[in-house]
Amino acid sequence: MPTSTEPDISARLSVPPADEIKTTTCYMCACRCGIRVFLKDGKVRYIEGNRDHPVNKGVLCGKGSAGIMQHYSPARLTSPLLRVGERGAGDFKEISWNEALSLATQWLGDVRKTDPRKLAFFTGRDQSQSLTGWWAMMFGTPNFAAHGGFCSVNMAAAGMYTFGGSFWEFGDTDWDRTRYFLMFGVAEDHASNPIKIALGKLKKRGVKFVSVNPVRTGYSAIADEWIGIKPGTDGLFAGALINELLATQQIDVDYLVRYTNAPWLVIRAPGAADDGLFARDEKGNPLVFDKRSGQLTSGLAADLAPVLSGAVTLPDRREGVPVFQLIAERFLAAEYSPERAAEVTGIPAATIRRIAAELAHAAFKEEIALDIPWTDWFGRRHEQTTGRPVGMHAMRGISAHANGFHTARILHFLQILLGSIDCPGGFRYKAPYPKLAPPFLKPRGKPGDVHAGKPLPGPHLGFPTGPEDLLVDAAGTPQRIDKAFSWEAPLAAHGLMHMVIANAARGDPYPIDVLFMYMANMGWNSSMNLPATLAHLTEKDAATGAYKIPKVIYSDAYFSETVPYADLILPDTTYLERWDCISLLDRPISEPDAPADAIRQPVVRPDRDVRPFQDVLLDLGARLKLPGMIKDDGSPKFPGGYPDYIVNHERRPGIGPLAGHRGKNGGDFAKGDVNPRQLEQYIADGCFHAHHLPEHMRYYRHVNRDYIEWALEKGFRLTPTPAIFQLYSEPIQKMRLAARGHGGLQPPEQHRARVETYFDPLPFWYPPAGDVVEGDDSFPLHALTQRPMAMYHSWGSQNAWLRQIHGANRLYMNRARASTLGIADDDWVWITSPIGRVKAQVKLMEGVNPDTVWTWNAIGKRSGAWGLAPDAPESTRGFLLNHLITELLPQQPGGYRYSNSDPITGQAAWYDLKVRIEKAAASEAHETSPRFAPLSTPSPRLQGEATGAMPGARS
Amino acid sequence: MTALPATTAKKLGLVIDLDTCVGCQGCVTSCKEWNTGGYSAPLTDEDPYGADPHGTWLNRVHGYEAGEGAAGRTVHFPRSCLHCEEPACVTVCPTGASYKRAEDGIVLVDPDTCIGCKLCSWACPYGAREYDYSHGVMKKCTLCVDRIYNVSLPEEDRIPACVRACPTGARHFGDLGDSESAVSKLVAERGGYDLLPEFGYKPVNKYLPPRPHRDDRNDLAPAARPKHEPIGAVPGSSAEKLFAWVDRMLSR
Repeated sequence: MPTSTEPDISARLSVPPADEIKTTTCYMCACRCGIRVFLKDGKVRYIEGNRDHPVNKGVLCGKGSAGIMQHYSPARLTSPLLRVGERGAGDFKEISWNEALSLATQWLGDVRKTDPRKLAFFTGRDQSQSLTGWWAMMFGTPNFAAHGGFCSVNMAAAGMYTFGGSFWEFGDTDWDRTRYFLMFGVAEDHASNPIKIALGKLKKRGVKFVSVNPVRTGYSAIADEWIGIKPGTDGLFAGALINELLATQQIDVDYLVRYTNAPWLVIRAPGAADDGLFARDEKGNPLVFDKRSGQLTSGLAADLAPVLSGAVTLPDRREGVPVFQLIAERFLAAEYSPERAAEVTGIPAATIRRIAAELAHAAFKEEIALDIPWTDWFGRRHEQTTGRPVGMHAMRGISAHANGFHTARILHFLQILLGSIDCPGGFRYKAPYPKLAPPFLKPRGKPGDVHAGKPLPGPHLGFPTGPEDLLVDAAGTPQRIDKAFSWEAPLAAHGLMHMVIANAARGDPYPIDVLFMYMANMGWNSSMNLPATLAHLTEKDAATGAYKIPKVIYSDAYFSETVPYADLILPDTTYLERWDCISLLDRPISEPDAPADAIRQPVVRPDRDVRPFQDVLLDLGARLKLPGMIKDDGSPKFPGGYPDYIVNHERRPGIGPLAGHRGKNGGDFAKGDVNPRQLEQYIADGCFHAHHLPEHMRYYRHVNRDYIEWALEKGFRLTPTPAIFQLYSEPIQKMRLAARGHGGLQPPEQHRARVETYFDPLPFWYPPAGDVVEGDDSFPLHALTQRPMAMYHSWGSQNAWLRQIHGANRLYMNRARASTLGIADDDWVWITSPIGRVKAQVKLMEGVNPDTVWTWNAIGKRSGAWGLAPDAPESTRGFLLNHLITELLPQQPGGYRYSNSDPITGQAAWYDLKVRIEKAAASEAHETSPRFAPLSTPSPRLQGEATGAMPGARS
Repeated sequence: MTALPATTAKKLGLVIDLDTCVGCQGCVTSCKEWNTGGYSAPLTDEDPYGADPHGTWLNRVHGYEAGEGAAGRTVHFPRSCLHCEEPACVTVCPTGASYKRAEDGIVLVDPDTCIGCKLCSWACPYGAREYDYSHGVMKKCTLCVDRIYNVSLPEEDRIPACVRACPTGARHFGDLGDSESAVSKLVAERGGYDLLPEFGYKPVNKYLPPRPHRDDRNDLAPAARPKHEPIGAVPGSSAEKLFAWVDRMLSR
């Protein structure tokens, strides 16, 4: 009989897991965590979080830990490809890099020589936008943006116009000190590890966490309180919280007077050209009425006792009204009462009042005072740093609705009324933020900005402050292919990538010659109305027989659904095979206490004929002789490719892609000479650099004199002025005045009513209609897509481990609601929207708003793509809601169709989808619909054989 | 039948906080990644790019709902070997391949003597063992025995991969036989419990229960009731009262 005699396993307990461990930066989602990659026998053995890294502090999520399977994916492209059959058919031939680059240079060179607008260069999950944007600028096309237009531009723009910062990359809750945390519209992502670490901290300290979300999964599952709101109504809920806080007099009046434009006087002169603008003195300073002196005085002076209510007579005898008066009028109105909000949001009025009371309690009864003296911009020393410890965070559920800009503004109003921006326990900026509200950066691409063979005079994306900054001609015609910064989307700070293909194919506002895309699965789950998108990509001109989008160049590491729709494929590397630069010039990874940036270094060498896209772009730039990319003698300026650029490129003297280890010996931060050993020093530090701010520069940085002076010196700020929060937004009012017929630049007649309605200088809530015509109740349910944590940012990937966890998605429905429709668990149903229908299998649940159905995004795949078997569950049962989301709204009187986007920013409104659900016939069960024709492998050899390299993966 | 050690010097195990687990699968894939190249290598994936991908995992997280409507909750439940004090999976083993270590209480399988009869997986009520079809042996959580004693790793990393990765800090590792250990104190403080104690296998791993909701049904913050400033006899609308209050605030 066997006994418990234990085998001697001692020799197996201390096997060194790696021959070598290299640090780099994860790219499995957008968080950019620090990782340590274990290499054994030349293969990737294990990936763990880097304990020293500011973003993830050692931990790693389910995706990051599965990165090894992404790296060894059989879907990896192996060689440059040239299309030889019809577009979409997947017939390619392998070509050499020299052929590929020569062809691309010819196509792009022809465009640049004649009309640079005919290049549309759009990058998706791009983490090198400071390079790609600069390249596009040097090329001279006005048509550049990344994926922000369908991601989060409503959030980003609303924050920037309100307080010079925003959520996520631009700032965070002070997790170690907050006493209350309110989260809106965050599924299980944005961010991944940072939010997870933070929730763990809140739990440990017993801090109440409230999640406002139609769906109770992920983070919402562990909330102390889940508020299952009706989609698109968060702005009204937050407005009702403001109503209650005002009605119960629980706001921070001192904070409003010191740091916001609440006391500034707004001219009330209906019909006048300056109606609704700020009353200003002769120097242009906004005026307030100071009670102490009994006089009108500059609102930028210190120690004011301004009136906040009523009306004041201005020197020209007109009336001036303090902003605060207008705010009170707006939010104390009956439409923002908790009772009215309850009817629309589904949240009981008593709950709204209780949440307001809890917020106020945390803010005012649990005030924090740290013994950290600081000096404000008037030179006044404050012995302590005080804070109102209320934390908030918001994401996609706010931003992907057509009312997202104003809703995000309302959330920021809530934070500001409670006095909780950049203070201990509240929201805290991450460098290079705060900037001015809005940042001083104007978009380029006006008619006079674009010339054949010349660069654009400045960056593409920015923050218009009036009609004069819009990219339109005298007739109001959009100048960009995506119509960003036109009257259709005036504050389109991230562009409208989602409209590029539709606009280009229709020649609206003009046809293009080359569509150049990077890391964006626009031929599948990154486009709205996919059937139409694929039609646009394959449409031909009846007269010439040429494709309406004549040339498509695409760079991706994998055989995604988009690959067959391109003409020239430039295969990229995996994230473990490349250099990258996570730059402060781009999207920061800073922490509130420490500006930070990072690099990727290649930890393994590519085993196929692929090149990092950034190397390719610089190569193309040199071949095209773009300024900044060649030396005086015409030879490439960065012959060493991207790492050469990262070290040696200077955007302004002393300022380059990396802020750390600048100067001759690497001792300078942010500004300093080029340091040839910079990358080596980054690697020695773990592939990141964090510069810790002294305590007195960590709070109130919008008005903190020492911080502002330091930020000016380091190039984070361009002017020494404080960032006064713009509760009332004058730039927005200027657009509205133009719509009312004032000024030299006015919207074309067809856009006037729309601009006038939505360009309200104070935020307001309105129901986001989507494409459902008012009064049509045949689409009663809201339909949302979320990401499961293990598939966050998986729109460009496939993974052998993660697909075992989420191999096919279901349509989740409220159990009680489903039973009224005669739908049972596991039934197959048709999901119908005004533009189409999709078949899916249902999963019933309790924790979902009854008016909402939802599914996981990024799981459904097209048969044949991604190196998967044609009958993979991703394509037989996995589905997308994209097919149901229109890219164009119904016709206006006169026939014009707006894009399905926020009217302020152009953010894709893909959360506005409304549907009806009907049970499918028994004969229709078991398979999704529509199923697009299977794709065939574009190349004789994908990297399938490499999967054997991964222990355990048998193909 | 395989005998158990009379006592174990330590009771190494995991404490898993169901109040904090968000179901991110970080522990699942980090476990897979470590162990497919470690002591249990390989953790095979069958049909990884085909119609029915499935493989061997030593740790899985299940999400489910408990309770109806708003009163319910969503729970993420990580499931792996509990390293029971009296594990039937060991005692049923006909070859002695399954065994419980006297030193630390870890339940392991010796792949050299495992005959793949699967009696152990039938005996385990927790579904913690996974059969590796390609190699014909049983696999299970080793508590990362090749990490926790691995002198080639820095001391702070000598913890199971799942604990090392967990982003929310929901997983804790330690000696549950030592009442003074951090994990034992956590269990005492939070009311940690055994899974299916009625079976009598005495799991070493403990689960910490979700804390009560704090909402309309269970308001734990009575201190946070509205605290109106006394506004005395100020008449008028909400706006008038607000402005009167603001005036007073600014006249302080």
